[in-house]
This record gives sequence, structure tokens and C-alpha cells, in this order.
Amino acid sequence: MVEAMGQRRRLGVAAWTGGAIAALVLLVGAVSLVWTPHDPAVMDVANKLSGPSWSHPLGTDHFGRDTLSQLMVGARVSIAVSLVAVGLGVGLGVPLGLLAAARAGWIDEAVMRFNDLAFAFPALLTAVLITALLGPGAINAILAIGIFNIPVFARVARGAALALWTRPFIQAARLAGRGRTRISIEHILPNIAGALIVQGTIQFALAVLAEAGLSYLGLGSQPPEVSWGRMLNEAQTFLFLDPRLAILPGLAIVVTVLGLNLLGDGLRDRLDPRLEPRRGGR
Amino acid sequence: MNTASPVLEVRGVSRAYPLPRPRPLAPRPVRQAVADVSLTLARGESLGIVGESGCGKSTLARLITALEPPDTGHVLIDGQDPNTLGKAALRRLRRAVQMVFQDPLGSLDPRWPVWRIVAEPLAGLAPEVPRADRRARVIDALAAVGLGKDALDRYPHQFSGGQRQRIAIARALVTDPDIVVADEPVSALDVSVQAQVLNLFLELRRRRGLALLFISHDLDVVRHVTERVMVMDRGRVVEAGPTAEVLAHPAHPHTAALMAAVPRLEAAWTGR
Ligand SMILES: Nc1ncnc2c1ncn2[C@@H]1O[C@H](COP(=O)(O)OP(=O)(O)OP(=O)(O)O)[C@@H](O)[C@H]1O
Ligand SMILES: [Mg+2]
Repeated sequence: MVEAMGQRRRLGVAAWTGGAIAALVLLVGAVSLVWTPHDPAVMDVANKLSGPSWSHPLGTDHFGRDTLSQLMVGARVSIAVSLVAVGLGVGLGVPLGLLAAARAGWIDEAVMRFNDLAFAFPALLTAVLITALLGPGAINAILAIGIFNIPVFARVARGAALALWTRPFIQAARLAGRGRTRISIEHILPNIAGALIVQGTIQFALAVLAEAGLSYLGLGSQPPEVSWGRMLNEAQTFLFLDPRLAILPGLAIVVTVLGLNLLGDGLRDRLDPRLEPRRGGR
Repeated sequence: MNTASPVLEVRGVSRAYPLPRPRPLAPRPVRQAVADVSLTLARGESLGIVGESGCGKSTLARLITALEPPDTGHVLIDGQDPNTLGKAALRRLRRAVQMVFQDPLGSLDPRWPVWRIVAEPLAGLAPEVPRADRRARVIDALAAVGLGKDALDRYPHQFSGGQRQRIAIARALVTDPDIVVADEPVSALDVSVQAQVLNLFLELRRRRGLALLFISHDLDVVRHVTERVMVMDRGRVVEAGPTAEVLAHPAHPHTAALMAAVPRLEAAWTGR
């Protein structure tokens, strides 16, 4: 019994694989800040649609731009947009959720009804609508994706926090003269961090997918910026001529999302207190 | 402050909790967890509250410590009703009443090291103690319960049940309160550790003149730590009086039944 619990709390092979993939994508994105094999924007028409070679390990596109360099910069864009979008969700959603849990009554009611409203909209469709209204571009893509992360984190934070508010150590903190805000920050937040990290990983995967979707539709980052979604879009004209151009960014998206999901699932088994067997005092 | 006036007075407090409806649209039934309970506690006195599981002991403790307001009745600490006070005044009053919770592990934040757990009441209730002095006060409080400095930077799960209970007691004592409400402070511990913790309570009472409200379902334990005892049944007080008398000649059938139900404890912890 104890052993089974111990095993559940260790990260499995899947989680490690997911973590390694996520770390690799992060590393590639970071490297692209200082070095890429070629300038991803420079066209070399003489070399267009060439296959893998020593100077272009993954070949070139229809303008002769280096595919590997584009994929590397695409990783950076994808990470940056997703990170800021999820950060927006965490930064606004978590305080809202903590507030709702700390103040039962109309504040809780108001926050949760706002949440229900946000959940009632199909996220990706509305993100498309928002970027269509605000105009395309990376910043607006971040806003459109970020807005839908707010209620997600508010709900997770509220649920996990509510379960904690009945625990004796919170009552003990009240007896020690601590106010609700302070208890939320000092006791509740550290104890729900696990659940938030798990949700953050999953939301990150969704954001990568959403960013790719928006830029595929031409609503995300604009030329000369590179992104996986736009690479896919441009590749579809040459789908039969050179499927490599569609397969590579597609693979990059799938592998990144899969890696993040594997990591999220693994972390959930380990960190999420909701799955933890209740450890009684006796 | 007048030493003759009680440090704690409870006047006819009641508290009910709503239960789920038996069927849709039916009126909501309530569980009367505490019904019309009154008691007084003099400075330095020790009062036991006994009764079987679910009779409302912990609820009464939460009412006395102002974690919840009573539906009716009043709690007076040093003559003041905590439920009528503003935040600042309530904080000052809280300093007089601390509690050792029923579940020793559950009442300690698993993510906090021991020094921070024990220092929390100081940070919240004793603004006159400078931040730099808190650690020294924590070390004193831990020493009073027999824990060394090596405990400071460890986490609750790294201690045994008895040690955790000591940490909880150190935390309750660190602000030097007048009253400690101890909710089943030894029922989670095995007999030999029970002895240590009980002797600790006795010693602290002698040394600090602490008033103790000692909640337990174990009459043998209560016999050794309290002068007066109050027996509760389904939220009501059914019998009260000097501990020796009540336990020797239980007037209420419920008390007699409680005594019959409790297996005799070894005298292991009586040698103090
Ligand atoms: N927050 C609550 N909501 C609903 N019912 C409650 C709540 N707290 C206590 N009760 C009910 O009130 C009654 C008294 O509970 P309480 O915890 O005070 O008993 P107790 O004497 O401390 O029992 P034990 O010896 O098991 O700790 C029980 O029937 C319990 O189910
Ligand atoms: Mg209880």
C-alpha cells in the first residue's frame, strides 16, 4: 500500500519524455535568439524547394528560406505567445479564484457567474473573432488566447482553495490573527501551487495549439515574423509538390503539444492534491 | 484585571448546522450541534468537557475561540464578547485564547517549516515583539514542550504524532495566552506518548497559571488533568461538577454509560 503510493508519487517514463520534449523546444527557441543556421527571412530563390543538404539540413521553402531556421524561430514565437497568454490567465485568474474562495457570498457568486459566461463561448472561435476585430498580430493573439485562460485558472484556484479553507491549519491561522488576504497568499497559494502547475502545463499545450491555429488563419504573428502556423498555411499550396514543408511544422506542433500533455498528466499524478489520498492524523 | 472574575464565561450558546434536504422541496432539517451551553472558567482553572463522538465538543471549542459565531448566546473573554469586536480589538482578544486542534497534523501547514508555524501567532497577534526576536521566542516555546533547535527548519511530516502535538502546543503557548482550549490533545497518540503530553499540560499549568479547557472523550485522561468536568450529550450539558465527584458518583445515566465504555488506561503516565 505504502509502496504503491510511493510509486504513484514518482514521475513516470511518460512524464519524463514529455518534460524532455518541452525542454528541447524551449532550448531550441532560446538558441534561435542568438543563432540560427541562416537568417530565416532571407530568400534564396536559386535554392528554392530544395531537399535536405549540408547547408540546409531540412531543406528550403518556395522562396529558398531555410526551413530549420524557420522552425527554430517558430518555436520561439510559439513559446513566447503561449507563455504570455498563460501568464495572463494565471495573473488574473488565480487572484480572482482566491478572492472568490476567501469571500463566500456575492463576490464568489459574481466571479463564478462571470466564469460561466466566459465558458459559454467556444474559446477558439471567439479568439478568431477577437483577433478579427482587433486586427491580426502577435499581441492580439496573446490577448485572445489569454482571455480564455482567466476563467480556467479562476475555477481551478477557487476549487482547490475552497477545499483548503475548511482545513484545521487555516482555522489555526485565523486564530493566529491572520486576515483572509494574508491566509490566501501565505497558506492557500503554496498549497494549491501543484494543481496550478498541472493546469498551467495543460493550458500551455492548448495555447501552442491555439497560436498555431490563429497564425494558420493569418490572424497571428505577421510577416516577416515566422510561426509554425503560417509555415503550415504557406505549405498547403505545395502539399503535393513538397509535403515536407507541411509535415515538418505540423510535426513540431504535434510533438510540442504531446510533450506538454504528457508532462501535465505526469505532474498531475504527482502534484495535484485532489488526487492525493487523504492523509489522516491518526 | 480582577482575578476573581472568570477569564471565560459562556452564556447559553447554541449552534445549529443545516443538513441536506431529505427530498426536494422538503424543509431543511438542522443538526443542533451545541444547545444552550453555559460555563465559566476561572484564571488558572482546568475544566474538562467530555462526551461521545459528535456530541458537539469541537463545535463548542470553535464558538469559544470565535472561529464561528453562536446562533444565540454569548461568549465573554475577560468580560468582552469577541463577536461584537472590530478587527483590531478581536486580534487583541485572540491573544488571550489559543487552541490546540483535534488533528495535530492537519493543524500544521504542510508547506511551512516549524519555526514559521510556531511564529505565526506572534506575527499576527504580538506586534510589539520585533521580527528579530521572534526566532528566540519560538526557540523558548519549543523548549517548553521539550523540542530542540533542530526542529526549527524541519517540516510537520518529518515528526512523529507526539512531536507534532508538541509543536501545536508550542504554537498555542508562544503568545502567552490566558486560556488554552485543547481539543482531544492526546486521543491521536499512543498511551506512552499520551503520558508525556498530559504531564506537559500539567506542568505548563503550574508554571504559567494557564486556564485549560480540556476536551476529551476519555474519562481517565480528564480525571488526571481537570478539577471540574462537564458532560455533554447531543449538544447539551447533562452533568457538571468537580471531576472526582462526577466520576465517582455519576448522577446522569449518560455519564455512567460513558464510563463503562472507556477501557481502563494503564497508569503509565500518572508518575509525574
Ligand atoms: N461545519 C459543520 N457542518 C455541518 N455539521 C457539522 C459541522 N460541524 C459539526 N457538525 C455536526 O455537529 C455535530 C457535533 O460535531 P462536533 O465536531 O462538535 O463533535 P465532537 O464532539 O467534537 O465529536 P468528536 O469527538 O468526534 O470530535 C456532529 O453531528 C457534526 O456532524
Ligand atoms: Mg471533535
